[in-house]
This record gives sequence, structure tokens and C-alpha cells, in this order.
Amino acid sequence: MSLDKATVAKVANLARIKIEEKDLEPMAAELNNILGWVEQLGEVDTDNVEPMTSVAEMRLRWRADEVTDGGYVEDVVANAPGGEDGYFAVPKVIE
Amino acid sequence: MGMIIQGATGDWEVVIGLEVHAQVTTKSKLFSGASAEYGADPNSQVSFVDAAMPGMLPVINEMAVEQAVRTGLGLNAKINKFSVFDRKNYFYADLPQGYQISQFLQPIVGEGKIIIDLKDGETREIGITRLHLEQDAGKSLHDQHPSQTFVDLNRSGVPLMEIVSEPDMRSPEEAAAYVKKLRSIVRYLGTCDGNMEEGSMRADVNVSVRKPGDAYGTRCEMKNINSVRFMQQAIIYEANRQVDILEAGGTVDQETRLYDPDKGETRSMRSKEEAHDYRYFPDPDLLPLEFDDAFIKRISETLPELPDDKKARFISELGLSAYDAGVLVTEKEVADYFEAVAEGRDAKLAANWVIGELFGNLNRTGKDLSESPVGANALGELIDLIKDGTISNRIAKEVFEEMFDTGKAAGDIVEEKGLKQVSDTGAIEAAIDAVIAANPDKVAEYRDGKDKLFGFFMGQVMKATQGKANPGVVTQILKPKLDQ
Amino acid sequence: MSDLTKLTIAAARDGLAKGDFSSRELTAAHITAMTASKPLNAYITETPEQAVDAATASDARRAKGEAGKLEGIPLAIKDLFCTKGVLTTAASHILDGFTPHYESTVTANLWGAGAVMLGKVNLDEFAMGSSNETSYYGNVVNPWRRDGDDTALVPGGSSGGSASAVASFSAMGATGTDTGGSIRQPASFTGIVGMKPTYGRCSRWGVVAFASSLDQPGPMARTVRDTAIMLESMAGFDAKDSTSVNMPVPNFEDALTGDIKGLRIGIPKEYRIDGLSDEIDALWQKGIDWLKDAGAEIVDISLPHTKYALPAYYIIAPAEASSNLARYDGVRFGLRVEGKDLNDMYASTRAEGFGDEVKRRLLIGTYALSAGYYDAYYLKAQKVRARIAEDFKQAYLSVDAILTPTAPSAAFGFGEKGDDPLEMYLNDVFTVPASLAGLPGISVPAGLSKESLPLGLQLLGKPFDEETVFRVAGVLEEAAGFTAKPTDWWRG
Repeated sequence: MSLDKATVAKVANLARIKIEEKDLEPMAAELNNILGWVEQLGEVDTDNVEPMTSVAEMRLRWRADEVTDGGYVEDVVANAPGGEDGYFAVPKVIE
Repeated sequence: MGMIIQGATGDWEVVIGLEVHAQVTTKSKLFSGASAEYGADPNSQVSFVDAAMPGMLPVINEMAVEQAVRTGLGLNAKINKFSVFDRKNYFYADLPQGYQISQFLQPIVGEGKIIIDLKDGETREIGITRLHLEQDAGKSLHDQHPSQTFVDLNRSGVPLMEIVSEPDMRSPEEAAAYVKKLRSIVRYLGTCDGNMEEGSMRADVNVSVRKPGDAYGTRCEMKNINSVRFMQQAIIYEANRQVDILEAGGTVDQETRLYDPDKGETRSMRSKEEAHDYRYFPDPDLLPLEFDDAFIKRISETLPELPDDKKARFISELGLSAYDAGVLVTEKEVADYFEAVAEGRDAKLAANWVIGELFGNLNRTGKDLSESPVGANALGELIDLIKDGTISNRIAKEVFEEMFDTGKAAGDIVEEKGLKQVSDTGAIEAAIDAVIAANPDKVAEYRDGKDKLFGFFMGQVMKATQGKANPGVVTQILKPKLDQ
Repeated sequence: MSDLTKLTIAAARDGLAKGDFSSRELTAAHITAMTASKPLNAYITETPEQAVDAATASDARRAKGEAGKLEGIPLAIKDLFCTKGVLTTAASHILDGFTPHYESTVTANLWGAGAVMLGKVNLDEFAMGSSNETSYYGNVVNPWRRDGDDTALVPGGSSGGSASAVASFSAMGATGTDTGGSIRQPASFTGIVGMKPTYGRCSRWGVVAFASSLDQPGPMARTVRDTAIMLESMAGFDAKDSTSVNMPVPNFEDALTGDIKGLRIGIPKEYRIDGLSDEIDALWQKGIDWLKDAGAEIVDISLPHTKYALPAYYIIAPAEASSNLARYDGVRFGLRVEGKDLNDMYASTRAEGFGDEVKRRLLIGTYALSAGYYDAYYLKAQKVRARIAEDFKQAYLSVDAILTPTAPSAAFGFGEKGDDPLEMYLNDVFTVPASLAGLPGISVPAGLSKESLPLGLQLLGKPFDEETVFRVAGVLEEAAGFTAKPTDWWRG
């Protein structure tokens, strides 16, 4: 599997990272270098192996349904680069 | 009773599947301790977790799990003791994490079914594909500022159940019946308040058309419809749109469309769909969700009687008609009210009073049952007064209106207005004698065999007693006197 | 008074307890050292005033007889831990100006034990790197230099600032985080001890996430005992982290019995990788001999899937990161670069806010999760991960701990690893497998390279058996007798 420029552009869009047209080709090369190296995983027999998504051998803990948090709008918006009246703000979205 | 669209090339069948998003009734959010209540000041019910601040982590709300299982049981569905939370990755202004925690491959609830009630007591079974838990997103407000969209994260992280149906519905009426039935069930269960106006229940509607017997056609999805009426309008518009395309030799594109209730049409949202690739993967901040049979059993033991069972019981045990039973079970509050009225009384009479006078007066005044000035006990007392002969049925209706308008008790109204039925034989006999004496011609006609005139005499006696005479007693005395 | 900065945490604890000096004095000495260490660029944010206040409060607590386990000990905090009211950057431009209104559980635990914060230390951007060359706030310099050579060397990464601060005596200890070796490798490069606990031992709440299934906070200090003391205060169950394990925290210091007689130490043959330098190999052998001499039984073991750990890691960690870092979007905190619309704002903010290595990993991770590639990359890597974990499980049936080198080389110079990221990734070849399996590991300074640079040996343990790891590490430390110190050239 090899990434071309168009795929890099598509992936960059999914990741919302702007990449200049001239940088797409070098980035494709860099990513292909890494992905090529990763290909060796194909050598490992993983038939009937369950993927490991967590190393913690325990059950998910549940929280009691109680209101214990929130109610501090100033803290929530304190670091926001935009917004007013307790709202966050982003460039206008036209739906 | 599927919807058929007659096209130039023949009949088209409409195929509908629904994904209903129902807010789970909980105090706090799915993965944070912030309040899940509706309608607070912007960002006032937001924890650092909901705002996706760096380093914040999710911890699941046990009530959300319990409610999902409860709903699954109510939908006769398979409960999965092992399920997985996945991240659905996409960027949007009101999605602070940049992903929604949802369940993709392994949902908490699997296949189930719903019986929908159609006109004329007809029912149909609609398959449930799955139910999963997920986080709601925040809210974008586009009309507060000329160049900016404002974001309120109060809803961010509120627990939702997404309930996915099979594409089993064939008409807007069936889709409506499905939503109403689902709403009824979750409200019975107490797992969702079913309030579509506040967005606690909203539907994504998948519509396709096909020639009967053909494979499914390409479907379009209309997202976030929050009223049953709009949903029906959207289905009709969309089905016709697709038929028009197909009949013109075109093809339907699989896409998300937006229903605009003002224009009554759907339009493409393809721009928003562009390059969506959600990159689902198991959320590494959470472990798989696991519970045992004992947990399920404990919940199933607390399950209330659901509308289908209740309806069956009303028919078989209380002798109600299927129609009356259906009307009474739709809303749990109504069913509870009715049962309180019917408790120890004539159930059919109770049903007549609830469906007739109570509903009539609620409709007349635009009130909900919860706002009814006449409680179940009060209505029961009124029915008791009819039963024990204190007042007649006719007087009772007047009394009920009075109760409804003033909130007074039936007994008090009867007392105050002197509406008590007269059973005193002496007084009634005097009235009868007076009526007989005043109508010698009619008496003669009656005695000549004109039996129908008995009603005339009854009416005259009742009139003379201002309707308060006990009709049974009147009959008892009147009959022998006329027959002499 | 002798130089208080040269004390170990254990010695300082005793000196404070005896009243030989106050926390104010101890802290002041470290503030001076911190200020003097500027050429190392270990600190991103220095908080001397707060440190003095905290030390004063600490002395007051001690006077009232309320001393905690780390009472009055000045520490540096990796700038990946959110600290209330103090700039927290993850060494990234994208977190410009971000001041959390909350405190991470681990740091809160430390303050609860009486520790004093000196400042926030540098790291690779979002902890992605093995040389501390990816920080937006500039490279961190290793206090160590090669013999007779002024070339600036890397401190390792990603906890390079933590390592440099501790090795340069400008902090008594520091918090680190380890995702694939980010505590152990820099510890090895700077001649200090770095301990990565079992995944789930320390809470991740309030720690800027890199790869959630791998990230684990841990202590870095100059002795095994000091890391044991620190870990006891850092660790503990946290209901706010669903992956935090509810287990009692032992007194790790008590585990340092010096007795490892009869313990079985595994030597994995697969770690004898192609091209392993003679000096690393020789040091490893020395370590084996030391432990054998101390009465341990040496057992040859096999961890057959070792070579696949790195490629699996470089899919799993970036995949998780690609999702974890989606929240840096210019909306609620940090940098925002305006754009013509919402998506343009996102893409511009993230293009400017993230450095090259972070971008590279986000793209790899996004690709590995994308439709059509998920099975081939992410799922495959997670399955390989399961096999690697199984290897360890099997090995631990016959051994109590495992001894390996920490890193394949000593510290290197800036830019020496060239342009190929793969060459840099190889730094983590010995540390990544245990990370994937969630196991505890420690790096202990064990010797010097030919160029007089520190080299570490790594001990790995069973899940939640940090005590055995500390016990063996204590013996190893004692046997190695590593006393070399960098010259304090940075003081000018």
C-alpha cells in the first residue's frame, strides 16, 4: 500500500491540517517510508488473535448518577480565544 | 396499508427505516457529572470533561447503562452483556472532543421488535436492529451574531439512546405509529421523557422507493426531524421526489437531506457529507462495558407493565373494547388515571367517562391530563354517585362540567345545587298522580295499547321533579298506575 | 551549609525532619540552581514565587506536625500535567496561553504529600519524540557531554526536561510520562533513575493525552529509593480515570530490601538486536553478573514478537493521538488562526499549532484508522500487540523480572539522527514492548560509555509488581555504584 499525493491531501483534510500543495509530495514520501516499515507486521500470524485495546485487565467502573460537576461557566470559557456571553464562538457556519 | 405512489411506470412502494435518538432520563451526563437537565444558561452545565479540556477523561454513568438495558427489555430485544464504546471521529463546532463516544460494532442492545397500532385496531410488527448509547453534541447558534456561530455545550455529553429500526415501515402513517409507540414505551419505562419539542426525541428518517417485490432502492436520510407531523410530510415529499427521479430515468443518490418544514421540501446536504470517514475505533479511555445476568434480571424485575400487555389486560380482564383499551394505554399517565378511576368500579363506565367527558373537557380547554382539575379520585366519586343512585347519568354530566370548571368535589356540587335524586316514593307518587290527572287523553291512548307513551309520562314526571327523581323508582310506581 | 541540591530526596526528607534545614532553604537552593540551568532549557515555566510560598506553607505544616511523605521536597513537573493557574503547554504552540482551571490527579497527590513545585519542564511536543528536539519551546540540552567534547547532546525524550532538570540538580525529582519509553530512555541518557509504573497505577486525569492506552505517569529522580518515595505519593486509585486500577499503593521504599536471593531474572534473547553496540552488550552482561552475584537466578527467555513492537507502536500510538489531539481546534483554548470559514480555521490553526513530528504522526494515525485501511494497520497492530503481551505473560511464568538495556545507545548530538524518523524511532526499541503490554519498568544508571556518557539498564516486572522491580533495581544500583556526575558547565 502506497500513499499518493491525493491520499495525503485527503488524510490531511480528515485531520484538519492544512498542507501546502508543494509539501504534499514530500509528506507522501515520509509517510510511505514509515508505512513501508510497518508492513513487516504482516509477518506475524494473528489468526484467531483478539485485538488488544486495553492492557488493564478489569471491568469498566460505573459512576453513580449524581450531579457532581459543572456550574462554572467562567472556568469553562476562560481560555477560549473567541466568544461572549458565556458562549464559545467560531466563524459563522452556514448550514 | 402501505403507501403506494402511482407512477407512469406502475406502482411504487415506500420503504422507511428510522433511527430515533432518545435522550436517556438521567440526572447527569453519560461520561461526566454535569447536569443533563434541559434549558440552562449557556455552558453552565458543562464540566471540563464535556468541554474536552486537555487531560479530561470519561467515566460512565451507571444509570445510563441501566436505562439502556431497561429500554432493550421493553423492546423485547437481545441484551448484550459485552459491548464496546467507540470513538466516531469528525470535526464540528459543537463536538468539542473532535469525536463522539458511541457504540459501533458492539452495541449494548441487539435485535428486538415493536408492535405498532394502526387504524381500526390493526397491528404490525416492526423490527428493531439495535440500540446503542452515545453522547449528544453541543448546540450551535447561527443567528446570534452576524459573522459568528455561538456554541453552547450544555447538551454536550448528554446520554442518548440511538434506536435503529429495520426498514419495515411502508407508509408515513406506519412511521408515525412507530414513533408514537416507541415514545409510549420509553415513557412507560421512564427511560426517556419523549419530549420532541425539547429535542429529547428526534428521528433520522431513511426513505427509499421500489416497485413491489423488487430489492430495496437507494435510500436518502433526513436527519434530526423533531415532530411526527414533519416526519410524515418529509416522507411523502421525499418518496415522491425519488419516484419522479426514477420515472424520469434517473438514479437516486444516497445522501443526507434536510427537511425544511417551512418550504415543505427536502434538500441535499451533500456539502456537509463530503469526505466523511468517521474512523471508528474502540475508545482507549474506556474499557468494554460488561455486566452479568443478575444485573439484567434485577432490571427486568422492575419493568412496568407495558402498553401492549396493559391493553391486552384491559380487554380481557376489564372487558374494554380494543379501541377504548388502545386509547387508554397510549400514555402511561392516562392508563394510570383510568386504572385509579376503575379501581373497584365498573371499568366500562370508567372508560366511558375518561374517554368521553374527561378527554372532551381537556380538549375543550386545551389542557393536559396532568393539569386536569378533576383528579382520578374525584371522577371516581362522581361515578360512585351515579352507581348508588344519588344522581342520574344526565345530572352527572352537568356535575362533571362544574367539577372541571371549579375543581369542586362531586358530592359538594350535588349538595349545594340540590341535585340529589329523589327516591322518596311519596313525593314521586304525588308527582305521578298529578301528571296522570293532567293528561287523561294520553292515559286513555296508552291504555288502548300505545305503549310508546310510557316515555312521555316518564319525561313529564322527570320534568316535574327537575330531573331529580330516581328513574327506577318512577318506573316502579308509574307502570302499575298506568296499567290499572 | 553544604549544597542542598546535591541531596537525594531521602536525605533531604531526613534533614528536613531533623530540622537541619527548612523547605524554604531547600527550595531556595533549587530556585538558584533552576535559574542557573537556563542554558539547558529544561524549564518552560519557572514558578519561583509559588515555590517559595509552597515551601513556607510546608514549613508551617511541619511545625504543626503535619508533614506529608514528600513534605517540603522541590520537584519539577513535566509540562504535560495540567496545573491549576499555571501555564500548561505540552511544549506545543497550539496550547498557547492555556492555563488550566484544574489540577491533574498526580500533581494534586504530590502537593497533598507536601511537595513543592519549582516549575513546568520541557518535553517533546505532546510527548512525541525521543530526543526533546520537537518542543515548540526549543531543544532541551543534556547536562552530560562527551569526554573532551563540547557538543551539545540530547537528553532523550520525551521527558527530556524532567531528565535534564534532575540530572543538573535543578530539581530533586520530576514527574515524567512514559508512552513508549519517555521516562526510561531519557533517564538512561542523563544518568538518573526513571520508573514507568504499570498502566493504571497512576491516574492519567489531567495529563495531556498522547496515546491513551499507553500513557502512564511516573517518577524520575537520582536514586531508586527516591523514585520509590515519589511513586508512592503519585500513585493511587482515581475514580475520574476509568483505566485507573483500584489497588492499594504499597510502601515502595519498603521493597528495597537489598535481597534478591532466589529471584529469577529473565534475559530475553530477542533484545540482542542486530548491530547492538559492544559497550551496551557488555554493560548488559555486567548487569547479569551483578544480579547473579547477588543471588538471583538468571534464566534465558524468549519474547518472540519483540521486533514487531516498534512498528505496532508506531501505528497504535499515532492512531490514538490522531483522535486525542482532535480537541486542539482553536475553539475552547489555545491558539486560533482565523480562517475564511470553520474548516479553514481548524486546518490553519492546526497547521500552525502543531510541529512537523506531531503532524506526521497525526497523518499516519488518521490514515491507519481510515476506511479501507483500519484492518490492515490499526487492527493488525492491536493483534500484534496482543501477541507481544502474551509473550510477556508466558515469560513471567518462569521469571520474576526481566533485565535488558534501556536504550541502544548513549545520548547523541542534536541532528545526529538525520532526517529519517525511523532512525529516531529505534531509540525506543527496548522500551516499547513493555509499554504495549502495560508493564512496569525502570531504568537504572549502570555505567558510562567509552565517551563517558551514562548508560542505563532496564528492569521490567509483572503487572502491579513494582515492588519486585524496585527491589531488583536497588540491588542493581548498589552493584553498579554509579556515582559519575556531569560537570556543571552550564553555570558558565
